[in-house]
Parts: sequence; structure tokens; C-alpha cells
Amino acid sequence: MKKTISLRVNGSERSVEVEPRTTLLDLVREQFNLTGAKLGCDIQVCGACTLLLDGKPVSACSVLAVDTEGCEVLTIEGLSNKDALHPIQEAFMEFGALQCGYCTSGFILTAKALLDEIPRPTDEQIRDYLAGNFCRCGCYQEIMQAIKNVRG
Amino acid sequence: MELADIGKTFRRLDYETKVTGKAQYLADMQVPGMCHGKILRSPLPHARIKSIDTSKALKVAGVLAVITRDDILHDEGIEPYYGPVFKDQTIVAVEKVRHVGDPVAAVAALDTDAAEEALRLIDVEYEELPAVLDVHQALKPGATLVHESVRIPESGFADLAELKPVEGTNICTHFRLNRGDIQRGFAESDHIFEDTFTLPATQHCFLETHACIASVEPGGRITVWATTQNPFVVRTQLANIFKVPVSKVRVIVPYLGGGYGGKVYPKVEPITVALAQKAGRAVRVVLSREEVFYTITKHAAVIRMKTGVKKDGTLLARECEIHLDTGAYAEIGPRVAKKSGYTAAGPYKIPNLKIDSYSVYTNKPPAGAFRGFGVSQSAWAVESQMDIIAAALKMDPLDLRKQNGYNEGDKFVTEETLRAIGLKECLDEVAKSIGWEKHGARSREQRAGNGSLRRGKGLACMIKATITPSISCAVVKLNEDASLSIYTGTVEMGQGSETVLAQIAGKELGIPLQAIQVLGVDTDVVPYDLTTSSSRSTFHMGKAVQLAAQDIMHQLKQIVVKEYGVPEDKVTFADGKIRLPETQLNYAEVMFKRFGMQGGTLVGDGQVKTLVKDEFGEKSTSAFWFVAAGAAEVEVDLDTGKFKLIEYATAVDVGKAINPLGCRQQLGGAVITGIGQAMFEEIAYDNGQLINPNLVDYVLPSLGDMPPVIDPICVEVPDRNGPFGAKGIGESALIPVAPAIANAIYDAVGVRIKDLPLKAEKIYLALEEQKGKL
Repeated sequence: MKKTISLRVNGSERSVEVEPRTTLLDLVREQFNLTGAKLGCDIQVCGACTLLLDGKPVSACSVLAVDTEGCEVLTIEGLSNKDALHPIQEAFMEFGALQCGYCTSGFILTAKALLDEIPRPTDEQIRDYLAGNFCRCGCYQEIMQAIKNVRG
Repeated sequence: MELADIGKTFRRLDYETKVTGKAQYLADMQVPGMCHGKILRSPLPHARIKSIDTSKALKVAGVLAVITRDDILHDEGIEPYYGPVFKDQTIVAVEKVRHVGDPVAAVAALDTDAAEEALRLIDVEYEELPAVLDVHQALKPGATLVHESVRIPESGFADLAELKPVEGTNICTHFRLNRGDIQRGFAESDHIFEDTFTLPATQHCFLETHACIASVEPGGRITVWATTQNPFVVRTQLANIFKVPVSKVRVIVPYLGGGYGGKVYPKVEPITVALAQKAGRAVRVVLSREEVFYTITKHAAVIRMKTGVKKDGTLLARECEIHLDTGAYAEIGPRVAKKSGYTAAGPYKIPNLKIDSYSVYTNKPPAGAFRGFGVSQSAWAVESQMDIIAAALKMDPLDLRKQNGYNEGDKFVTEETLRAIGLKECLDEVAKSIGWEKHGARSREQRAGNGSLRRGKGLACMIKATITPSISCAVVKLNEDASLSIYTGTVEMGQGSETVLAQIAGKELGIPLQAIQVLGVDTDVVPYDLTTSSSRSTFHMGKAVQLAAQDIMHQLKQIVVKEYGVPEDKVTFADGKIRLPETQLNYAEVMFKRFGMQGGTLVGDGQVKTLVKDEFGEKSTSAFWFVAAGAAEVEVDLDTGKFKLIEYATAVDVGKAINPLGCRQQLGGAVITGIGQAMFEEIAYDNGQLINPNLVDYVLPSLGDMPPVIDPICVEVPDRNGPFGAKGIGESALIPVAPAIANAIYDAVGVRIKDLPLKAEKIYLALEEQKGKL
């Protein structure tokens, strides 16, 4: 029994039919072809599927699409515009805060939420806020440096 | 535009596509007409399959194909048995299932829901068999056999030719290394130390699970998109299984979301191709997190180590027995065991050795390559026992290591000469970095922190080989506008290979990185490479790319000699220009001259093959050797056994840091992986059932587990054969982490933990025992 929902994705109004059990992650990946968010653990612990829902980071693997009616969803594809990357993306490249890149969209979006909430976070606040994102390549030191050095 | 260079950090070529979420990993890809595959797995560790009934599954709407043993046994076009060393694996179980999660059947359907529904409707009748669940059980006389017999392929890896399963036992392979006179060595020793060290199975936990898309054309041509670190090995194995020439198999590899050894050799590819063949259309299989735990693990090990030492600390003799739990299938376990055996003496000169290293079959998921490849296991024992010896002899652990450690020109246990060995430099660097204090400089009490907190420091080091013999081929194309295209089989899985290969070619030819494209891996297009593993790509593929670039320079020179009539010795290269006595030419001008219009291609070829003998005619078990050291400072709570990692320093002899930031990433990342292995990672079993095959119960290191500082140090002792002196580094920094931390815990509170991971409860119980309370 499909249900029609309306939401804003990366600034565009979208209206779409979903099954009640469709996750937000499946919705953005399969119906909107926004594949920057990844399925890592499927149980809301690894952070690879992180999206911003009304500005707050969520594990899209564990959010039902039907619950996002009327919400604003930001994915990594919507973070930069054609002319310039977001300063967090620039900082991740400058400080080498990624290796394989599979966790990267989740880290960058979580970092955006953190910096929107706390513009000058302490090390402790960064550690706490990003404790739900795993980087198996182990770029944590570089991720810390990148977030502390975001310009603009 | 800035020209490419060596020893300078360049922004990685794979970054922009990754930070914008545009990079396509396998699970992001679709091919036209693609359907979805799912795998039915054994619920039992060991059982005979009595019957499989797929009739109900086939009736599910949307189901296109179901495969079982009947499909692989009765198809003339399929060789059912495969495996990198022994042919002990099958696409789906034939007679028996040998571990929980062993594939029994697979379904292809229009959507994953239909495929899952069909899996539930496949009836399998099992006759449960006794299971052997660890190496002790497996080695008992009369133990149940995991394999009644094992098929040996006609041709296999040259370095493993002498290793065979021991019939009538669960011994998969037994590697022996004897040197000197072991009896005499012990007789002449003043002290003998005997310890047993253990470590559990762990999982790679790349965030990208194994996945594959396969399609089979009517003529039998196979195309797979694979999450593999060695596309050419997968190509060979698929060609053997499906009985076609390798030219009929095309393996395409997108960016990998991590590998760490867990994506070498066939994994999900054979079953996906079999499904695609039967379904008659492209099939995609993406494993769940749980399935990854059933697919490949790191070897658990039991290591008994007996070492004879002179009063002055000279190591004289070592007897070592290593039992590696290789699980239900050999996979690459035989080589892991061999490498463990080679390094059971550590990076130390020990004249008398008796080493026996076994890979042992058990009814557990297969174990294979994991960053560190057998050396993580042996080094846990070697480096822990070094500190046990130092403590007993009241020697400084750093001095003891340097006294016995390899120097330039020393003979390795295989009697070959070690060259370019920066071991002592690495040890000195990490010691300096964490403020190493000489043994006994201050007592434990003097170093005590607040209340129940005690601080200590420990270090460890290692030596590792790279896979030898091996092959890497590269092609570099110079285009008409003087831009460059690089064709290699090296898989970009996060290590930064694209950038390093571009730097090497760009440096040779004097071309900016912006004008260089490193192509993705497609076995139809790129020349042969053995594997992206064993820390080998910078050394081998880097050299092949360098040779290919030099080949282009040679061709350019010949064109200039011919077309401009300049003697060969007057033609030189600098900064992307060809200098002649009177003038200079850029590459595009020379290309125009050669082809008569704007167009044409110069193709440079580079081939690297390493042999079991080096250029001096000496035995060579490794094309280069890599060494590393690590040092940890910890703070242990005497009341609870909990400890904190205060600081960690890692130093690796990288030969030459081609991209320094890339090197530091590899070193720091390997340390994080090492911290997980040291402190909490462990696959837990209950009667052969994995009880934590998920990322909640199997704990990974996160930002919160990090020490405030990890100091990666690149020591540079150049290797004569590496490009610009570079060696491989991917695995090295990981290996010393666990023993360095265990040694620091001992230094802090005087308890020795010999079983990984270093959990607080083990330290607490050891502290209680020390107090005489237990």
C-alpha cells in the first residue's frame, strides 16, 4: 500500500510514492539516484548513511521515508553549488581527511550539523558529535584537523 | 601549472569526486536489465546436505533463477571446485556445509524482496555432523575432518608449491623452518623463556560490503563489476570455473570502499556469475554486513614460543609452533601461515631456529588475508616475549631490541641478505617521540598518577615481506596535447595509489598532475597486475609506471634524432621539454612532427617482475623488506583494569615518501586499525555460531577511542629497486600496535596479558592475581 509524501530534497520540492517500509536511504538512493549516502551497517551505528533532516544528522538507514513528510533533506550532493565546494569539503581535501571515501559524505554532513550548531567546537565536542561515524581507514586525526580548520 | 614531483604532498586525484558524493562504488551502479541476487546460507557449522527442494521458491513471482549444487555438478561448462591455493571451495555447497554462513543456494529475482522470499521457501534437509570449532579440537587424533580430501590444482603459486594438506588430519598446511642447531642453541643459553600467546579472529569491516554485478553474453563472454583487490586473479579463477579463456572474462573494478586484504581472491563473484548465467540477465549481489562476517576473517592464532637467551641478552635459539585457524576453506591461509613462520624470529638475529607454522581447518568462516598477513599474529608473540625477556634480565626493552635487531647486510632467517633496513632508526624515532625513559630510570611508584592511575610506556617493532615472485605491468600513453593517460591494474581502495602513480609518471616526464589521468581498472584495457595487496603497489606498479614513462622518453628521443637530425647524446629532458643544443621542443611539437597532424599516440610499456632470486643471484623471498616500530604510553586504573591510550608514535621505513601526506594517512590509519585489534575487536562464537556479526556487537574504533596524538614518522632508507627509493607501507604501522600497548600496560602495572584483545577485565583479573586475591 503505497503512500504519497512531499518533502524538500536539496532545496527542491519532491512528491513521491513510497511503501510504508521504505527507508529514507532507499528513497534517496533508489528513487532520487542520490547515491552519496552509503549503506554500511544497516542498524544506525556506522554513520555512512547520514543525511541532514531539517538540519539534524540522522541515520537514513533507520528512518522511514513516510516519516519525512514535509521535511527538508540535505544530502552530500546538495552541499556544494556548481561554482564552489562547501568549506568543509575543501578542508577534508586539504587535510587529507579521507582515504577510501565511503564514510566521507556521512562525516561531512555530520560536521556541517556540528558547525551549524557550535561554530567553534572544542576537541571534546568534535569527538562527541562525531562518535557515531566510523572511518575504517582510520583518518580520524585528519578529520579532527579538517573540522578545526574549516574556513568561512 | 605546477609540475608533478616526488616527496611533495599533492591533493589526491580521487578527492573531488569523493567529497561531493559523486564517486561511484559498486552498490551505486546499475546495468540495464539488472536483477538482484541473494544467497541462502548454512545455519549449521557442519552438516551433510541430504536434500534441497527449490520447487516452492521457483513459484515466487519475480524469481528468475535458483542455483543449487545440481546446477554446478551437472553442467559441463562449470568446474565446481576452485580456490587460490587448493580447490576446496565450491560456488554453493555440494556434499556438506562446513561453516555457519556457507552458501547453499542462491536466487536471482526482479527485486530483492522476491529474492528474499524465495530464500525462505527453499527447503534444505541437513544431517548435522560434529564440528571442530578451534585448532585444539581440530588437531586432536580422530577429530572430525572438515575435508575428507582436498583437490590440489595442477599449477599454483610458486612460493606455496611445497605446502600440501596432511591427509587424514585437519592440517591444511605445515610450514617448517629450521636453522642452525636448536638443541645446542638451548644448551648454550643462560635463560629459557616459554610462553603461549593467543589472538582471536577479527573482521576487516570495510564499510563497503562485498558486492558484484555479473552479466553473461550468449556466446559465453563474462563481464563482472567486482569489489576486488586483485581483478586479474578473479579473472583467472572465473575463467577456470566457467571454462573459458581469460580473454572472455572482463573484470571491472570501481573505487573500493576499503579492502585491507579482505577483498583479495574470489568472494561473491563466482556465485554472481553462476546466477547471471542461469537467469540469462545481469545480476547484482550486495552482501549484508552479517554476510561479510561469513565471507572472510583474520586468522585466530595460538603461538607457543620458547626462546633461549644469553645473560647479556643475546638471542640464541627459538622454537616456535604457530597454529592458525584457517576456517573451513584454505583460501590464502597457507601463505599466511608461511609468512607467520618466516617472521617468528621477528626482526632479530637468532642463529638457531625450529619453526613450525600450521594452517588448520575448522568449521568456522574462512580466514584469509588481513592487513599484516600473518605477521600481526607472529609479532604479537615475538614482541610481547621480548619485553618478558627484558624484564627478566633487567634490561631496557629498547636496548634489547637494538642489540639483537637486524642491521644492513645481515642475513634473514632464509639466509638471504637484508638490504635497506631502517629498523633501528624506526625504534629510535618512536622512542624519542614518546619520551622513552631508560629501564629503571624511575620506578612505577615514581611514575604514578593520581590515585589508582599508573602510567607506562612500551614499544614494539616488526619486519615484513612482500609477495614474491610477482608481476606488475603498466602502460602510459602520451596524447597529442602532451597529456598523459596511465593504465594499470592497481585498485584505488583508499590508499592513494592513483595520485602516487601520477606523481611518478609526471615526475619522469615533467608533466603537471592536472594533465594526467589514471584510468579505472578494467582487465580488458589495463595490462596484468598480480594484486593490490601486500603493500606492493607503490614499489611494483610505481616502478612499472616509471619504466613506461621512460619508454615514452626513449621514443620521443628517437623521433627527435630522426626528425631533427640531432645526435642522441645531445638530446636531454627537463621540466617537460626536450632540450636540443640550439633550441627546446615541447612534447606536442614533437608529436606533431611525428604524426604530421595533431593526433597520434605514443605508448610506453613498463614491466616489473620479481623473482625468487635477486639481481645478485641470491635467494629472495621478498622483493623488498619493510620495517616499522611503534611506541605507546598508557594510563591504567589499578582498581578497574581500564586503561587509556595517552599517546602513540609510529615510525615506518618508507624508503621514500612520494606523497608525504598520503604516507602519514597510511601510517595513522594502520595504527587506528591496530588499536581496534589491540583493545576490543574480536569475533565471538558460541558453538560455531557467530554471535556478533554486526557493527553494534563487534566494536570498531571511533573518534572517541583515539589517543589525542598519533605521531606518524617516515624514516627514509631508500630501496635500490623501488621508484625513487620507495618501499611499500600499507601494512607496516599496524603490526607493532598490540604488543606495544601490552608492553606499556606491563610497564605501568606489572601484569602481562598474553591474549588479545586487551580488555579491562583481563587486566583487572591479572591485577587481582598479582595482589594474591585470586
